[in-house]
Amino acid sequence: MAGYKPAAIQTYPVLGEKITQDTLYWNNYKTPVQIKEFGAVSKVDFSPQPPYNYAVTASSRIHIYGRYSQEPIKTFSRFKDTAYCATFRQDGRLLVAGSEDGGVQLFDISGRAPLRQFEGHTKAVHTVDFTADKYHVVSGADDYTVKLWDIPNSKEILTFKEHSDYVRCGCASKLNPDLFVTGSYDHTVKMFDTRTNKSVISVEHGQPVEGVLLFPSGGLLASAGGRYVKIWDMLKGGQLLVSLKNHHKTVTCLYLSSSGQRLLSGSLDRKVKVYSTTSYKVVHSFDYAASILSLALAHEDETIVVGMTNGILSVKHRKSEAKKDSLPRRRRPAYRTFIKGKNYMKQRDDILINRPSKKHLELYDRDLKNFRISKALDRVLEPSCTVKTPEITVSIIKELNRRGVLANALAGRDEKEISRVLNFLIRNLSQPRFAPVLINAAEIIIDIYLPVIGQSPVVDKKFLLLQGLVEKEIDYQRELLETLGMMDMLFATMTRKESTSVLQHTSDGFLENKKVES
Amino acid sequence: MVEEESVRVVRCGGSELNFRRAVFSADSKYIFCVSGDFVKVHSTATEECVHILQGHRNLVTGIQLNPNNHLQLYSCSFDGTIKLWDYIDGILIKTFIVGHKLHAIFTLACAEDSVFVIINKEKPDVFQLVSVKLPKSSSQEIEAKELSFVLDYINQSPKCIAFGNEGEYVAAVRDFYLSVYFFKKKTTSRFTLSSSKNKKHAKNNFTCVACHPKEDCIATGHKDGKIRLWRNFDDGKKYTYTCLHWHHDMVMDLAFSVTGTSLLSGGRESVLVEWRDATEKNKEFLPRLGATIEHISVSPAGDLFCTSHSDNKIIIIHRNLEASAVIQGLVKDSSISTGLMIDPRTKALVLNGKPGHLQFYSLQHDKQLYNLDIIQQEYINDYGLIQIELTKAAFGCYGNWLATVEKRQEKETELDLQMKLWMYNKKTQGFVLNTKINMPHEDHITAVCFCNAEKFENPTLVTASKDGHFKVWILTDDSDIYKKAVGWTCDFVGSYHKYQATNCCFSEDGSLLAVSFEEIVTIWDSETWELKCTFCQRAGNIRHLCFGRLTCSKYLLGATENGILCCWNLLSCALEWSAKLNIRVMEPDPHSENIAAISQSSVGSDLFVFKPSEPRPLYIQKNISREEVQWGVFVLRDVPESFTSEAYQWLNRSQFYFLTKSQSLLTFSTKSPEEKLTPTSKQLLAEESLPTTPFYFILGKHREQQDEKTNEALESERVQLPLTENIPAISELLHTPAHVLPSASFLCSKFVNSLLLSKETKRNS
Repeated sequence: MAGYKPAAIQTYPVLGEKITQDTLYWNNYKTPVQIKEFGAVSKVDFSPQPPYNYAVTASSRIHIYGRYSQEPIKTFSRFKDTAYCATFRQDGRLLVAGSEDGGVQLFDISGRAPLRQFEGHTKAVHTVDFTADKYHVVSGADDYTVKLWDIPNSKEILTFKEHSDYVRCGCASKLNPDLFVTGSYDHTVKMFDTRTNKSVISVEHGQPVEGVLLFPSGGLLASAGGRYVKIWDMLKGGQLLVSLKNHHKTVTCLYLSSSGQRLLSGSLDRKVKVYSTTSYKVVHSFDYAASILSLALAHEDETIVVGMTNGILSVKHRKSEAKKDSLPRRRRPAYRTFIKGKNYMKQRDDILINRPSKKHLELYDRDLKNFRISKALDRVLEPSCTVKTPEITVSIIKELNRRGVLANALAGRDEKEISRVLNFLIRNLSQPRFAPVLINAAEIIIDIYLPVIGQSPVVDKKFLLLQGLVEKEIDYQRELLETLGMMDMLFATMTRKESTSVLQHTSDGFLENKKVES
Repeated sequence: MVEEESVRVVRCGGSELNFRRAVFSADSKYIFCVSGDFVKVHSTATEECVHILQGHRNLVTGIQLNPNNHLQLYSCSFDGTIKLWDYIDGILIKTFIVGHKLHAIFTLACAEDSVFVIINKEKPDVFQLVSVKLPKSSSQEIEAKELSFVLDYINQSPKCIAFGNEGEYVAAVRDFYLSVYFFKKKTTSRFTLSSSKNKKHAKNNFTCVACHPKEDCIATGHKDGKIRLWRNFDDGKKYTYTCLHWHHDMVMDLAFSVTGTSLLSGGRESVLVEWRDATEKNKEFLPRLGATIEHISVSPAGDLFCTSHSDNKIIIIHRNLEASAVIQGLVKDSSISTGLMIDPRTKALVLNGKPGHLQFYSLQHDKQLYNLDIIQQEYINDYGLIQIELTKAAFGCYGNWLATVEKRQEKETELDLQMKLWMYNKKTQGFVLNTKINMPHEDHITAVCFCNAEKFENPTLVTASKDGHFKVWILTDDSDIYKKAVGWTCDFVGSYHKYQATNCCFSEDGSLLAVSFEEIVTIWDSETWELKCTFCQRAGNIRHLCFGRLTCSKYLLGATENGILCCWNLLSCALEWSAKLNIRVMEPDPHSENIAAISQSSVGSDLFVFKPSEPRPLYIQKNISREEVQWGVFVLRDVPESFTSEAYQWLNRSQFYFLTKSQSLLTFSTKSPEEKLTPTSKQLLAEESLPTTPFYFILGKHREQQDEKTNEALESERVQLPLTENIPAISELLHTPAHVLPSASFLCSKFVNSLLLSKETKRNS
């Protein structure tokens, strides 16, 4: 025979934004720390090695910040003009940066003066990166060229002159030392192979390209430009996989989360959007105070750093999860109590009898199962239940009413208990989703306690409060109905006008058609 | 088919199993229960129906084992006969013709050649217990007219009679008194409850009685839920009684266990209570049996109990109060509000079952397949409690979707409606709740229908309500990157001048939706939900609405409450024809153009079968039932019949079932339904010596066939097939413990080869 069926708890759809794993994950950051820089923050780059310092390029300086420090732990300021694109090497010991005057400078993290200076570009170098073998540097400049430099003897190895406009972004492959991509204002993204000294794949983005990003596997390429973020399949020779148009201003930067599951894009519309890299749907979005120019995530997404046009650097740290452990944990039964008798092997003449698995029941369900109706009602009238989950309280009242025992459960209460019921009614009676059940309960209470009214000032006060509430609600409903009537009238006149206009329109069209035919 | 028999109305299964107490065989292997005009023999282990004992021509009213031969069974019936059966083989041994309408039968071991029956002689409500002497004779039919009077003015129900202490006395209860007749002294004592005299509305009427098998003790059940145990009743003055009280409502039945140590009681609470040692403290419960317990019986061996329930079910319960088997017939609810439906997958008949459930009932096997719990709430069985009712159900999209509507109305203004949509899950082979909609309408839902056309890939549902709206619900994709989900949302709300919507119906191709608003029929385009046209005949509210099918798809039929049947042509938007018919049921055949209509008149119900294209009916059968017919449904036949006569051709591919107000399921047939039933159980007849396990059924059947074959072979002297027992491979397979056997794949070829006959043996023989 079927077991006890628990009372049906009415669920209500949660209004507003949907709570998903992603919103929980991306909202789990502390309030941002704001650091003022001297100019627009054009690049933020995290060191790939612990302690995960990050380099911030703003105006003519490069600041290196520690993970939690708000003051720079190191500053490179030997630039004559604006510096661009300070990027760490994979081992976190070298830093390369381009500059407005066309120079590319290589710094040691511990030093102050540049180790190497690569001269050859005639215009501003906006993008530099280390190749996967660590010994070369790739740079792209406003003179339409892309150059490959050798670090040990600071010489230019190759020059690619395939772009026909400013080269503003680039990215070297993490796996192959010979491959890198650059994006240019000529609307193309080109992949170069240093073994062939020309581009191997070229894709047409359609807008001036502001950012490119190679996925860790190297098979996918993301490019940002205009309002679009486009994903290209490089293994299929640069086929467009998906085009995302979720920003309403130019997308300036792209970043991949540490797990590789989420792609982040920052834009001049002051928003950062988070995409899933499987479905390319927006799963979350952040708002910032100013247009975003650069964006970076720390190791394990511990920190989100966003640089903006007004020179503000916003740093958000993940909330630590260690807090919960501080509570004293209740001692649980030892492991052996759970496995007791479980490993007993069945002997020859034994008959195995399985204990029926016990279904977990809520406390109020246990009371209902045993027909302890007043106790069940008491249990759901506890403040912990009425405040957090009023729908459970209402569902239990409804269930008692269905069983025909609501009057019995409400009867025979003292001043304290009845005021608790009345408090709940006062708080929730006017909610439309609870109203039908609670009005019925209120009527029953009034019927039961009418003879003893006037004996307790506390309860009398509650009754008066309830009366006032009901009167207010009735007035409110009346007003609403009046408004509805007015709106109905307006709509009625509007639809008539619309229909006539539509009629005229169609007749016009019909006439035109006739003219054409004739 | 050479000569056509006339088609007549026949009952089709679904008779009451709970009409009388079930009876166990002496070894507890079989359980017997009355089922309409038949007695059914079920196996207690497998629940399977083994035999149907047929021979009575009216309702069977009682069954008892023959106390002198436990392989025989007595049954009595309203047709005035007592029949003696051999239940192992399902053979009628003897028929005793008594002549009176028999209401119950009792047998006693000490009274060898007589049985006791309840008859009514003069007035309709005066019943007598008489003993009938069964003459010994070798002939099949024997007149048994020798009646001797035992007790007068008793209750007709066999629950109110009990024989005690190996037949020393018989106890009978009626209204407020208990009468005990002692066979030896030939005296009757009467006991009245004192409280019943002075209180006008006393509720301590006697409802049932049971006698202790060994001691002089009588247990009586009362309407107020008390059980009284009477002792010392051989003395008219010194009698005592003790009271046991747990039931809060009427005690429906009582039974003592074989040894008499415990007493079983049951009632409306649907809890079986076992009172140990007849004390109030020692009691055990078996709760949640599903419905009111009507009867309790105990097996002679003492290891099993069984309870018969008001929802037409028998539960077999072990001695340790564990339910072991359920024999479930068609549940007869007081009101069938969902109507009859056919599940497109299982081809089972679907209707309201036990409270809050939909039952799936197999018409072929007269067996309930399963119950679908729709309301999913604890059922509180209490008199006068307003329950949640399942009011509407509809299948859609080839059985992939099921829509149900439930309601609870306490007062005029407090209506609680809920619509649930269930999706068929192929993995679990059952319906899973998909969407729950609270208050889909503000008032009662009058009709629910799915669009079943193939071109609609998106499932569409329409509900019509008394609040003047009809709503269109569509399945929408609700999935995101985290989960895949589909749910139903409202797509369109339509109304027509605030009239109540009473019916809705999709055309066969799904392009049109017809919704009737009181007297007016509106036609809507199902793509744009635009009102296309309206029909109004001013002949009362529309009661039924349906589109024609196949070649008649341009017609729309409507039956009004004032007894007019209208047929509109959808192409010309004009009335094609109308007829004066007070139609109660109108049901289109989904596989042909035919439409069956059942009209109601003061005499009875008449059936008309017609095609919408012409007003002349194809077939008329007057007076199919005296009662009002409430629902009807067409079912596709498994094997098409071949009626050549034009009048019966509508029955060739489909069969028409209908349900009357008293919940009897009827159909049209030339044969009796039991002939067609060809119970598989006949082949599954169990041998005495072997335990009846499913494995046995498979092997036993095989063996039976093989035996037949050997017999044939012996007769014609052709080939002698080896018996399965003689084959070493089989005996090896069956007698070796399983854990030392090699894998089945290894054994398979050897085993199959051993079953084949080699050519050499053939030549040799």
